[in-house]
Amino acid sequence: MEYILIIIAAIFVNNVVLAQFLGICPFLGVSNKVTTSLGMGGAVVFVLTLSAIVTYLIQNFILTPLQIGYMQTLTFILVIAALVQMVEIILKKVSPALYQALGIFLPLITTNCAVLGIAILSIQKDYNLAQTTVFSLASGVGFALALILFAGLREQLDLTSEVPKQMKGYPIALIVAGLLAMAFMGFSGIVK
Amino acid sequence: MARESSFKNMTLTLFVITFVSSAVLAGVYELTKDAIDAVRIRKINQGIAEVLPPFNNNPSDTDNVHKEFVDGDTVYVYKAITKERKDTVAAVQTFTNNGYGGKFVLLVGFLADGTINNIKVISHSETPGLGDKIDPAKHGFSLQFHGKNPETYKLAVSKEDGDVDAITASTISSKAFCDAVARAYAVYREKVMKKGKWDGNTGATSQQ
Amino acid sequence: MGRKHRRNVSTIIKNMLIMKEKIQIVLKGIFKENPTFVLILGMCPTLATTSSAINGLSMGLATSFVLMLSNLTISLVGKMIPDKVRIPSYIVIIAAFVTVVDLLMAGYLPDIHSTLGIFIPLIVVNCIVLARAESFAAKNGAADSIFDGLGIGLGFTLALTFLGFVRELLGAYSVFGYKLISGDGIILFILAPGAFFALAYLMILFNMVKKKLIKK
Repeated sequence: MEYILIIIAAIFVNNVVLAQFLGICPFLGVSNKVTTSLGMGGAVVFVLTLSAIVTYLIQNFILTPLQIGYMQTLTFILVIAALVQMVEIILKKVSPALYQALGIFLPLITTNCAVLGIAILSIQKDYNLAQTTVFSLASGVGFALALILFAGLREQLDLTSEVPKQMKGYPIALIVAGLLAMAFMGFSGIVK
Repeated sequence: MARESSFKNMTLTLFVITFVSSAVLAGVYELTKDAIDAVRIRKINQGIAEVLPPFNNNPSDTDNVHKEFVDGDTVYVYKAITKERKDTVAAVQTFTNNGYGGKFVLLVGFLADGTINNIKVISHSETPGLGDKIDPAKHGFSLQFHGKNPETYKLAVSKEDGDVDAITASTISSKAFCDAVARAYAVYREKVMKKGKWDGNTGATSQQ
Repeated sequence: MGRKHRRNVSTIIKNMLIMKEKIQIVLKGIFKENPTFVLILGMCPTLATTSSAINGLSMGLATSFVLMLSNLTISLVGKMIPDKVRIPSYIVIIAAFVTVVDLLMAGYLPDIHSTLGIFIPLIVVNCIVLARAESFAAKNGAADSIFDGLGIGLGFTLALTFLGFVRELLGAYSVFGYKLISGDGIILFILAPGAFFALAYLMILFNMVKKKLIKK
């Protein structure tokens, strides 16, 4: 039950992108097409979960025992950067097909603040390893969901509607994102 | 422009940069440590002083703090001895997971007989303009608890036959607030009132 | 006498030219290359920390501080760093400055520190900081890099403060914490969707003003 609550809260109520504003850059930048956003979403789910687990272990077995909590930001970002590199290399060797699909998004993920943000949030929330895993996985899914929904909306927008000249590009994208955020606000309160 | 990359100079550069950065951080950490600790202690003490009548011990001192694990989280009890009547009271930092925006944290001050003295909201993520009225800075909702004893005052909203008037359009937040206060009272009754004569208290009475 | 005088005049003119150049670097960051409205960088803190003007201002200043220090450091040591480990090295340098800001704020500005919360450590992944390190500081001298950091930082700070000002005005009817009209305000603007809407309309406004200025 507790895990279901964490999952629903992370995907719908406190959606990483639409409620917590983490990972806005790829959200606005990459999501023009549903197919690319599927790839990006998949890559983020994978890296986010993996990095949250690794940073959890580092925090609890290295930083806390040594009382060097102030090294958190520096260590975490280095670990995430290294992890992304490693995933890229392994993926290239093991599954070229998957690498083709996700490869170009991987370098972008290092500076996706959702990854570092969720890693730090799991520590702040005092989650244990199982909770951290569930929370980060659900947050990644929440990110992917928002990204894919948004891409679908923008595809429609490009096809069907005439956008006023001043609103073309980012302004209309932001307004669509705002409407999407409003829709997600309807979920708050379901995790009573 | 930049230097050739060889394994040796790459490792060396990264090592030097990381080493220097860590050294700088350790230095800044030492410099700011006292200030950060002071902020934390000041915050706790300020809260305790707000919700309790004047006292003359140090409730945030480790000896006076009791931690109780309930419902997956920690409730903190800060015991104090009042200046005037020399009885044992406590500020209880409690929480609820049932808020509209999830968890919120309160600090409840209880008098010796269990009467609620004052309640302070430590943190919450309730909707601005609706659920955030639980904060006395925004609305009078929490004031109705002052001077009530949970033994006779039913901590539930009037819709559920309780004695608490809920905030209009924010029943969930109001119910969650009652839940947090009830949790605080349960711990206070078990750990302070029932034990009654904990060391601090006996010490104080024998001195009289 | 005359020659000496002439030399003085020429140094003054030279200094003025240098100053003009520096001011141009700063102004470029505020308007022509405004990080928020033109480069569209650092959107996460832009949306997340602007529920009031003072929050936006503090976030902007914290980022500017990191930006100036990291620009300076990278312009000084950048040429010694081998090409392949360039990005990780920059990240370490930036992360160190971010932690310095984080610790200082926790100790001396605890209230702002707790409202900005997780977005202080997240300055490290703010694309603006890394982008300026890579595209400006690594190629330019120390002085220019500081001015570039100042300009971009000011541009970011102004944008965040203005966005926070608008959201606070509409959402809480107050300006820098002072209540103008009693009442709750249009709460939507303080909540998440309002952040998107307010930024969208400010962007349109910025583009319109820019177009007018360019026409002139």
